[in-house]
Amino acid sequence: MEVPILKQGAFLIATFQAALSDADLNQLRMGLVQQVVKLRSRAVIVDVTAMDVMDSFASRTLREIAHMIRLRGAETVIVGIQPEVAFAMVQLGLTLEGVATALDLEEGLAYLNEKFKITN
Amino acid sequence: MAKRDSTTTDLELKRTEEPSELLRELVAHLRQNRTQLREEWVVRISETRLLTAMTKEEIFAEATSVYDSYVEALETEAFEALQAYARNLSERIIPRGVETHEVVGIVLLLRDVLARSLFAKYQNDFKKLNRILDAYEPAANRIANTVAVGFVQERERVIRQQQEAIRELSTPVLQVRERLLILPIIGVIDPQRARQLTEQLLRGIRTNRAKVVVIDITGVAAMDVTVANHLVQTVEASRLLGATVIVTGLSPEIAQTLVTIGVDLGKMNTVGDLQGGIEQAERLLGYKVASIAEPR
Repeated sequence: MEVPILKQGAFLIATFQAALSDADLNQLRMGLVQQVVKLRSRAVIVDVTAMDVMDSFASRTLREIAHMIRLRGAETVIVGIQPEVAFAMVQLGLTLEGVATALDLEEGLAYLNEKFKITN
Repeated sequence: MAKRDSTTTDLELKRTEEPSELLRELVAHLRQNRTQLREEWVVRISETRLLTAMTKEEIFAEATSVYDSYVEALETEAFEALQAYARNLSERIIPRGVETHEVVGIVLLLRDVLARSLFAKYQNDFKKLNRILDAYEPAANRIANTVAVGFVQERERVIRQQQEAIRELSTPVLQVRERLLILPIIGVIDPQRARQLTEQLLRGIRTNRAKVVVIDITGVAAMDVTVANHLVQTVEASRLLGATVIVTGLSPEIAQTLVTIGVDLGKMNTVGDLQGGIEQAERLLGYKVASIAEPR
């Protein structure tokens, strides 16, 4: 299942679907970094609103995506983690440390706009 | 059939009087003498000082319906219906302050009153009395059991409901500014309450689109290691929803607990008191508080 990656100005938005296999996640990781390079994006927003479970592989993939994108000088924001998913994640010790998070797409865009306004 | 002291006659008697027939006979007797037996029962109830929380009229009304349900249960052996009736009865009388021992007490009194009337009726025929009692006793005991269990189940349900209500009352999530929530915690936190707190807070963050949460634990004297860990998890889960948490009002004991369990204080944003916490939250959100100069 392909995850759609949309361009929004200097940012990319990747929207996770509900059931992503490990293969899908791997494909997405490479795809996102390639797009950041090709389009010279400054940030990526990964929207996980549709995910109702987050296992350790998905969590680790998100951290790796953020690190790889940071190596390209770009920022990653994870948005839309559901309350139940957040609760389950911290109980398993999956805290997405070092990765920026926001409530939803709107907040994620607001955060990035604020951040890049200052450094501009 | 003539009464003879031979086993053949007993067997013949047994064959003609099946238990169900005996049951029908005693149920008919209990129905016929309904008014008198019910009166006797109500008198016994006040003699033993049960149901003191209820008025005479209330007792009479309930006694009538209990008596009829009792006799019907003897007749039909429909014990589920009786259990439902018992739960329903409990729902009505528990709020009036009736205790479990009173309910069990009055059912046993009714059983005794009815048994005595059976003794009186069949006193001249000891063998028949025995057979009647063989039919009556198991059914009567089952009724007492069913009513007691129904009553206790209803009380347990009410207790659970009240516990839930108390828990929800004691963890309000309050919005004091745009994007700023306050969660004042008072009293004892057990793991169950801690879990409920977290769930309510996370839901509140999403509903109110909060960016900062101040959790004030001034009113919490102590917490054990489990609950302290839970607090840390709450802070981390809130961050995943894009909200910053400021914890205020840590008592010396709790500060000690947190240090002992090795909480990474870099992860936890703490301020001395609630006032300081709100001030910092306002700074984070870009608010500035200025006083309006008084006109001369």
